[in-house]
Amino acid sequence: MPDIQTQKKQKEYEEYVKQVTPTHSLPLNMARAFLIGGLICAVGQLIMNLCLGYGLGEKEAGSWTSGTLILISVLLTGWNIYPKLAKFGGAGSLVPITGFANSVAASAIEFQKEGQVMGIGCKIFTIAGPVILFGIFSSWILGIVYWVLKITGVM
Amino acid sequence: MDGQTAGAQSIRFNAPVSIVSGASIVGKKEGEGPLRDAFDLIGEDPMFGTDSWEAAESTLQKETAGLAIAKAGLKNWQIRAIYAGDLLAQSVASSFGIAELGIPVYGLYGACSTMGEALSLGAMAVAGGYGEYVLALTSSHFASAEKEFRFPLAYGNQRPLSATWTVTGSGACVLGRKDAKAQIAGVTTGKIVDYGLKDPLNMGACMAPAACDTIYQNFMDFNRMPEDYDQIITGDLGKVGQQILWDLLAEKGYDISGRHMDCGLKIYDGKTQDTHSGGSGCGCAATVFVSYVLPKIESGEWKRVLFVPTGALMSKVSFNEGQSVPGIAHGVVVESAGKGEG
Repeated sequence: MPDIQTQKKQKEYEEYVKQVTPTHSLPLNMARAFLIGGLICAVGQLIMNLCLGYGLGEKEAGSWTSGTLILISVLLTGWNIYPKLAKFGGAGSLVPITGFANSVAASAIEFQKEGQVMGIGCKIFTIAGPVILFGIFSSWILGIVYWVLKITGVM
Repeated sequence: MDGQTAGAQSIRFNAPVSIVSGASIVGKKEGEGPLRDAFDLIGEDPMFGTDSWEAAESTLQKETAGLAIAKAGLKNWQIRAIYAGDLLAQSVASSFGIAELGIPVYGLYGACSTMGEALSLGAMAVAGGYGEYVLALTSSHFASAEKEFRFPLAYGNQRPLSATWTVTGSGACVLGRKDAKAQIAGVTTGKIVDYGLKDPLNMGACMAPAACDTIYQNFMDFNRMPEDYDQIITGDLGKVGQQILWDLLAEKGYDISGRHMDCGLKIYDGKTQDTHSGGSGCGCAATVFVSYVLPKIESGEWKRVLFVPTGALMSKVSFNEGQSVPGIAHGVVVESAGKGEG
């Protein structure tokens, strides 16, 4: 640990750097995220309605919607259009299922050169990995909570 | 003592070392920037005819080395040693790039300050009589650097405004004992300076204290003022880092704002090329030095400059383990030949 004097100086410098460093405008970023995120969801709804119109059940239509959105996202990633979308839309393009698909496809493309196993195999989830791990882990915990509540008769 | 040291951290060569030739090759984006006419070659293919980013950077470095040697009118065997480095882990761009040149090599790592390190060590070798000609060489590639330090290229994310854009390019200089219009008169070796910042997407702020330290030390060691230099040239501080450097030096009582340029701000047009804070990477300082600074020295427009490439010393691992991003900067005093030490 650096001594107190140094820590104080570091803190001061950090504050100063914060002052001189420009940042993206938050309201503007939020507006763009709303626009792009909303657009992606609207496309999803459109696909959903189409599927329902063709007589699919609610559940099947939902699966078809997710699958189609993922396919579109992966294609846009390959054509290098998704990064532009994300640059503009920020979290609006990150949060929906398409952002997840983009992170997986981008890693696959990048690490393909390192081989099918050590490249794509090991590194395809470098960005999405934490989401998968902790997503599954938290659903497992919720499952246990649900189970305990059930056998104790609360639910 | 031979008496070539000056002050605490500097060397003043008894006989300045000539910069015999310089060569620069850059990528397409750099070739569309303000210096488009100054580079020797602009590669339209980001892969440079290879099938991976790393191999592309190696090719870039090999071609640049060959070009610099040819421009000096020399053959490979006349180069006593290459001082080379890049940004990739274990400096593979250099290793695989210059292997087939068949020239002895010292591999360096100084992050984006590598050109300063290579020029310094190369000049020392020549000044010490350890080689008639040596080559200083570095490179960086946008895609290989993104892969090494950040995310896969096709991954969509928003870069902060403080982030810089890694230059795809390689610069090389042949140093030696031969009359030339530009020469290295001295060097100031930089210390690692750490102000505790941890943001690798604001490298300008991480490196500015190191640049300040080296420039200040250069003034002390050579007993000079900013006015003794026609230009003080930092490597890749960018917009944010430049402001901080000016502020830090002003605190010490020096105003360099009127005679300072940053290679990272020179190589791209910040307004139209969407590079945020500016250019960065080993190739940034190296290509701008060779294509823009060197000709001005050779023509005598600038009599003496202080070239200070700056580097941010971190790795993906050190960042993940919560370490700060320390900076380093190496100063090289370059003079127009014919001007005595003043």
